[in-house]
Amino acid sequence: MTTRIDTRFAALKSEGRAALVTFVMAGDPDHATALEIIKALPKAGADLIEIGMPFTDPMADGPAIQAAGLRALAGGETLHSTIDIVRAFRVNDTETPIILMGYFNPIYIYGVETFLKDAKEAGVDGLIVVDCPPEEDDELCKPALKAGLNFIRLATPTTDEKRLPKVLSNTSGFVYYVSITGITGSATPDFSKVATAVARIKAHTQLPVAVGFGVKTASDASAIAKGADGVVVGSALVEAVRKSLDADGKATSKTIGAVTALVSEIAAGVRAVKK
Amino acid sequence: MTIQQTLNSFRTGPDETGHFGNFGGRFVAETLMPLILDLEKAYTEAKADPAFHAELTSFHTHYVGRPSPLYFAERLTEHVGGAKIYLKRDELNHTGAHKINNVLGQILLARRMGKTRIIAETGAGQHGVATATACARFGLKCVVYMGAVDVERQKPNVFRMRMLGAEIVPVVSGSKTLKDAMNEALRDWVSNVEDTFYCIGTSAGPHPYPMMVRDFQSIIGKEAREQMLEREGRLPDSLVACIGGGSNAIGLFHPFLDDASVAIYGVEAAGHGVASGAHAASLNGGRPGVLHGNRTYLLMDADGQIAEAHSISAGLDYPGIGPEHAWLHDTGRVTYLSTTDSEALEAFQLLSKLEGIIPALEPAHAIARAVEIAASKPKDHLMIVNLCGRGDKDIFSVAEHLGGME
Repeated sequence: MTTRIDTRFAALKSEGRAALVTFVMAGDPDHATALEIIKALPKAGADLIEIGMPFTDPMADGPAIQAAGLRALAGGETLHSTIDIVRAFRVNDTETPIILMGYFNPIYIYGVETFLKDAKEAGVDGLIVVDCPPEEDDELCKPALKAGLNFIRLATPTTDEKRLPKVLSNTSGFVYYVSITGITGSATPDFSKVATAVARIKAHTQLPVAVGFGVKTASDASAIAKGADGVVVGSALVEAVRKSLDADGKATSKTIGAVTALVSEIAAGVRAVKK
Repeated sequence: MTIQQTLNSFRTGPDETGHFGNFGGRFVAETLMPLILDLEKAYTEAKADPAFHAELTSFHTHYVGRPSPLYFAERLTEHVGGAKIYLKRDELNHTGAHKINNVLGQILLARRMGKTRIIAETGAGQHGVATATACARFGLKCVVYMGAVDVERQKPNVFRMRMLGAEIVPVVSGSKTLKDAMNEALRDWVSNVEDTFYCIGTSAGPHPYPMMVRDFQSIIGKEAREQMLEREGRLPDSLVACIGGGSNAIGLFHPFLDDASVAIYGVEAAGHGVASGAHAASLNGGRPGVLHGNRTYLLMDADGQIAEAHSISAGLDYPGIGPEHAWLHDTGRVTYLSTTDSEALEAFQLLSKLEGIIPALEPAHAIARAVEIAASKPKDHLMIVNLCGRGDKDIFSVAEHLGGME
């Protein structure tokens, strides 16, 4: 089975550059604006799109993504309306891979089988579900693979040699290396260690390795692109959304442009590195 | 129920993957997974080591003041005119609640693992105070996460924790209560994996916490069993305990789960009433979901977003419940009831006036249902109610509700 994710990474590899993976929260700051932001991402330079599924209790996320999730929930975003965003996006874009990222409970309550069917039909390509480690693969990972979706696993600095094979089994699409032990948006990673870590993972898998957590600028992105197959940026983008809002927390005429401008800047950083 | 008919024992859980039936598990971020596997290994080794138990027992005796008395509540019994009511006096423990039983076990384990920094979440502040106390005793750095709302309504405990040398971090994310304190503690743990031990205060969270906390709290039930056999020559007919996360309750219940003659009642906080929506009764008003590393009954909306709990008692103000309780509920072995804020306030006053014991608002929830159940039982029915905390911390908030400050 080849997914849009596999196709995209293969194409970029032959182009000789790393992928830019962008994360934005569904429904942030409101459903319609989030959809417009997501539609604008590919043109701004995003190669893959992660869409956050808002959750009240995101235990691995820092303040920026927590706040983005709460803004979305306050605006009435649900997992159903998040899937609607993907469906609407697919009307004009059938190539950019879409990954839904979040926590298990809303999926569990939606119903795993129904969710997988609806997500696949809407045009979702992969899932990142933070609180589903390999120990809980029967819950979501295996059903997702069976439904034809990629299940992208997080590997972290605490995932040692002994554990890596377990984490990589049943992982598909790419491996998301979390470059720090910490929550999203916190410390800046030590870039010299990133290449070593990527090499460590690649010794165990043929899959592309994307690196995230702590990427804020074009130069961060260049530094990571040297050693990885993909660069993930998230907190910086949701912060750009937040900073563009008016005093009541509503979208302004600057909101979409604020995100796309930052994506373009970081994309230039990624594309400056030839491989 | 079919599950009950096929089970030989209710005391063998969890299985090796941390499940009690369909509940429990290890739903955590990958960063934490190696840590909880390490913890499980360290705990399994400690559990098999007589030296660990000897050290814990010594602290129980000389530091906590165990065994706690099993007290015959004579005037309460006369007042009710039914079952003979005994109180398991865990409110007499050092720090004023059952929380210290669990904390000492975990802190001794943290020392064995070479951890130097302890983090904890707290709601009412009782677990925070117990953790700060044990950290002071062993010279460990202690950071306590507490919802900003709880910091405000539990000032005496905040002051106690500071006196004991702990750093208090008011949590302003989400609903600013216990569940958010737990999120923040998990975020801290993800960020400080090398030196930090997360001391969870209740029988919830990812495996092995629900099992480990239960084991440490089971001292309550083991003592109560021996004490009742000594006093009355037989087992009790019923047990009653309040439930937030459920650690005091599982501690009392667990040693009795396979004694079919013992009826067991857990009491959740019904707040303004389960029908009102403003409550903390996960079993009576929630449904199964996944939060804080385990599958259990949770309060949530149709989209799976976690709802805010409400209870007059900050210690019960949590939208989930330990996974073993979820399983005991589904199997039917334990009956789960609930008590409203106003019923708890009445029970708080009743026990104070009749027995000279000011209970915490948490066990006041248990007292309210215990009195009702006892009234319908014959005089030779033996009941044990877990008095898991003392009410000193609650007198100001109770006075506010009753208008007794002037």
